[in-house]
Amino acid sequence: MHDVFEQVGRYMLFVRQFFRSLLRRPLDGLETLRQTHEIGSKSLLLVGVAGLSIGMVLAMQTSSTLARFGGRGLLPSMIAVAVLREIGPIITALVVSGRVGAGIAAQLGSMRVTEQIDAMEVAALYPFGYLVRTRILACLIAVPILTIYADFLALMGGYVIMFFQQNISLKLYFDSAIRFIDLQTVLPAVAKTAVFGFIIGSIATFTGYYTRHGTHGVGQSAMIAVVLSSLFVIVADVLLVKLTLILFG
Amino acid sequence: MIDIDQVYKAFGAQTVLNGVSLQVEAGETVAILGRSGSGKSVLLKCLVGLLRPDRGSIRLDGQEVTALSAAQLDQLRRRIGYVFQNAALYDSMTVEENLAFHLTRHQRVAPDRLRQIIYEKLQTVGVEAALHKYPSELSGGMQKRVGIARALVLEPKIILYDEPTSGLDPITSREIEDLMMELKKRMGVTSLVITHSLQSARRISDRIAVLYQGRIVAFGRFDEVAQTEHPFVQEYLAAVNLEG
Repeated sequence: MHDVFEQVGRYMLFVRQFFRSLLRRPLDGLETLRQTHEIGSKSLLLVGVAGLSIGMVLAMQTSSTLARFGGRGLLPSMIAVAVLREIGPIITALVVSGRVGAGIAAQLGSMRVTEQIDAMEVAALYPFGYLVRTRILACLIAVPILTIYADFLALMGGYVIMFFQQNISLKLYFDSAIRFIDLQTVLPAVAKTAVFGFIIGSIATFTGYYTRHGTHGVGQSAMIAVVLSSLFVIVADVLLVKLTLILFG
Repeated sequence: MIDIDQVYKAFGAQTVLNGVSLQVEAGETVAILGRSGSGKSVLLKCLVGLLRPDRGSIRLDGQEVTALSAAQLDQLRRRIGYVFQNAALYDSMTVEENLAFHLTRHQRVAPDRLRQIIYEKLQTVGVEAALHKYPSELSGGMQKRVGIARALVLEPKIILYDEPTSGLDPITSREIEDLMMELKKRMGVTSLVITHSLQSARRISDRIAVLYQGRIVAFGRFDEVAQTEHPFVQEYLAAVNLEG
């Protein structure tokens, strides 16, 4: 238990160090962009397939239920609200935490145990800025973008099913889908994905940056990064949904 | 140039440095000899602030390392080159990028000048042909040379070598030792070398310090150290003689 509190305390200090680092030069903008591209390209296929599949499954599972109550026409709206508000952000965050979180933790962990981070430290190269800050910012940028991409593909997945079931046109589908969508739906959802990005980036870099005990430690860091970031994304989701409901009704 | 006075460092109940004192003059090369796990690398890490000693004073180039702020420590570190035991090259970067990273993060350098500096440093250590290679494509000896070139890129006044010849064959070890002596002659740098090879220490250093159970038990020129009656020093010398 003592160890858990110690780790929580160290994580808090790590997060504080991140926010302080935002003011410190060099800002490593190019490296942040490179990391954003890396995260995006690594996750594009998996997030895309997950989004498309979720949209299709959602349409297949709910169309018969809605039809029973005569509400089949509401299917596009239902898919849009479910995907944009909840399913898109959470699926994207979980996929990224598995795919990217593990990668970041393993990469930094490997650099730690082979003394590459020490080499940067003794040359006064500010490794925290170059390795940690850039990756957390990249997650903050990439997760919302990937979520929008997953949302779009989920809506398209729903359309494909509706097209085969009801021969509905794309225009009619999207007109119907956005009927109940407003800024109060979209903005909290996008803000939520940025929080998820921060959780994934900060936990993955924290576990990787402080890796110990050689290659075994690298594997442990990657595993812990995935487990903790997935767990905290889910817990944060519950809290953020509650907060959104309090703020926007 | 380097003044270590009564430095203590423990990890939990295990005392690693138990009152180490050592002085290295400007332009001098001092080798620290000792068994594996005797605290040699810990001492080196205390010198550059990677580890904070529990007690004692470390003065480098006139500055008290233990009392420096993070920014002041960074300023001091720019004047120190550190050669890691396993080179610690950045494996996602080419040799050229490894050197350029150290230089461009500290100063603006025109691309042509940057290429010239990098080529010169690699030429100094004899690995200019490896410019575009990744560390994984280099032999152990070449990696060590690139590690030295990277340490030289900011033209340090002090170079710290952590087991520069460990894991290398005798011929490559000798080449690395020749290179270290050449650098001392050409650049006049002050060097502190961690090693467990007496032959290597004798060849490259002006003075030798023997670290045993967290203390320096012998310090001086090789002949002075050889006359020390401390049992560990005699045992060490006897073991080396048997090997030889």
